[in-house]
Amino acid sequence: MASEIANRGPHLLQVENISKYFGNVVALNDVSARVDAGEVTCILGDNGAGKSSFIKIVSGVHQQDEGRMLVDGEDVRFHSPRDARARGIATVYQDLAMCPLMSIWRNFFLGEEPTKWRGPFSRLDVARAKRTAREQMAQMGIDVRDPEQPVGTLSGGERQAVAIARAIYFGARVLILDEPTSALGVKQAAIVLKYILQARDRGIGVIFITHNPHHALPVGDHFILLNRGRVIGDYEKGAVTRDELVLQMAGGAELDALTDELEGLSAEG
Amino acid sequence: MSTAAPPVASDERLVAIGFGKRLLTRPDIGAFLGAIAVFLGFSYFAREVNWIGDPAIWASWTDQAAQYGIVAVPVALLMIGGEFDLSAGVMIGSSGLLLGYLATHADMNILPAMAIVLLFGLAVGFLNGITVVRTRLPSFIVTLATFFVLQGVNAALTLRLTGQTAIQDIDAAGGFDSARRWLASEITQYDVKVKVLWWIGLTIVGAWLLSKTRFGNWIYSAGGDPVAARNVGVPVARTKVMLFMMTSGTAALMGIIEALELRSMQSKEGIGLEFIFIICAVVGGCLLTGGYGSVIGTFFGAAMLGMVQLGIVFAQWDSNWTFTFQGVILFLAVLLNTLIRNRAQKAR
Repeated sequence: MASEIANRGPHLLQVENISKYFGNVVALNDVSARVDAGEVTCILGDNGAGKSSFIKIVSGVHQQDEGRMLVDGEDVRFHSPRDARARGIATVYQDLAMCPLMSIWRNFFLGEEPTKWRGPFSRLDVARAKRTAREQMAQMGIDVRDPEQPVGTLSGGERQAVAIARAIYFGARVLILDEPTSALGVKQAAIVLKYILQARDRGIGVIFITHNPHHALPVGDHFILLNRGRVIGDYEKGAVTRDELVLQMAGGAELDALTDELEGLSAEG
Repeated sequence: MSTAAPPVASDERLVAIGFGKRLLTRPDIGAFLGAIAVFLGFSYFAREVNWIGDPAIWASWTDQAAQYGIVAVPVALLMIGGEFDLSAGVMIGSSGLLLGYLATHADMNILPAMAIVLLFGLAVGFLNGITVVRTRLPSFIVTLATFFVLQGVNAALTLRLTGQTAIQDIDAAGGFDSARRWLASEITQYDVKVKVLWWIGLTIVGAWLLSKTRFGNWIYSAGGDPVAARNVGVPVARTKVMLFMMTSGTAALMGIIEALELRSMQSKEGIGLEFIFIICAVVGGCLLTGGYGSVIGTFFGAAMLGMVQLGIVFAQWDSNWTFTFQGVILFLAVLLNTLIRNRAQKAR
């Protein structure tokens, strides 16, 4: 297994020792991570751990102040989200970039609409758009009978699936998912985790940002724990237990102290 | 993984939507039903005349409806794109006056004068649009300012240049008759106006643009969620500027049509119509918050308002009631559209 990884050549996406400062605030400090095709790298951290700074650098919204980023072993520097997308790095943000009153197919192709005919009569290829949206959703395991259905009528998990399917269809090789499960109920979250695995099985490198170790553990191949902008843990699958993850994320000793305090409170009451 | 992924658990998430419900999810259904109701209503109240069967009566209310409906098309698109244009009414006056001035005082042939007026319309729209997207001020405020600026300019410049409150004798210009034939003449013995054809034509173009082109998709998204649209690469600012240009450009066309039709132009022309256009669009199913609406619905909205305007005359009521009717129609339409939309979205 270890030799296999070594022989595979450069990583699909690798960040090395990146740091980011906002004024005198250190948002990220010496963070390294990587993801390969067909793997899921989970970035775990509590609020303020640096997860969103990390996403914004990898997706091209911000530039790192130190460190470097490599795609296929090649040094890259993104100046805009467009640069990142051109290298096949797509980000699905929490708000999903979708218009609720627009239909599934219109949202699916928003900004990349397929057209037929030329010049002034150039028009949407509606039939192709609907068919493609259906096919791509079917690959995620969702049967869309009516692509005219407004996205606003879909459940949170299904909307997430549309966003993921769209990113993959438009050539994403690395898919960054920003807290895709955080606003969802237990069942919907499980469905989204299934979509993550489906994307992985299609050869996409997934970076799964979450604060929930229970969601990360069943799907992740690597786990990187952030706290206060630093990496406080970097584990391979199987090398860490759920309890260890939970404990580390909450700051270990801090959580112990908090638990003691809470127990003390409930004992008093 | 193979392409033939089995349709998983479709039963719990998707329910077949029936034809009736699908019909009710259309944003334009309210305006369509409303237009029919108003039509049938006046076939009773205006029974002194042959409201249903007399082509001359059709000619008169469609004339009025076209007056509203032509500019209401781009106003609806603009509203779907998430913006307002309160200067669309006064622009009719400004454009007609400019055409009149060029034709009578600058002694221009009507055709090049019309070209200049259309360019003027596009330029005003560009200024409106670029101001809105650059300053991020609400378009309601920006175009309200344009409205008042132009209102003053129309009155003051007309008086200054002509010594009167109107420009007369526009028909003295060269090429007037041929221009009038294409834009402002009557096409049958019943005086059906050519501009009714322009109204229908612009509605078809607008509806096609909205539902069948990339630009249409961008209009929906620019009003629906501009941040999301920008994130996926939609040129939101450009889309909005173009919509403002289309609105002012069409208002300029309407100004030309009126100047040709009336052969003169009052300096107060067009003022007050900006709200009528918005009423047509809202009755037609456009949401004030953008992202949703219909050009076809707006067509029926304009038809409805045209019928009310003339129906009240034929029913021999005091025409002052027109405003009250327009207000009631606006309110009922919004109520009905909200109801339909909420039902449609829950219907699954």
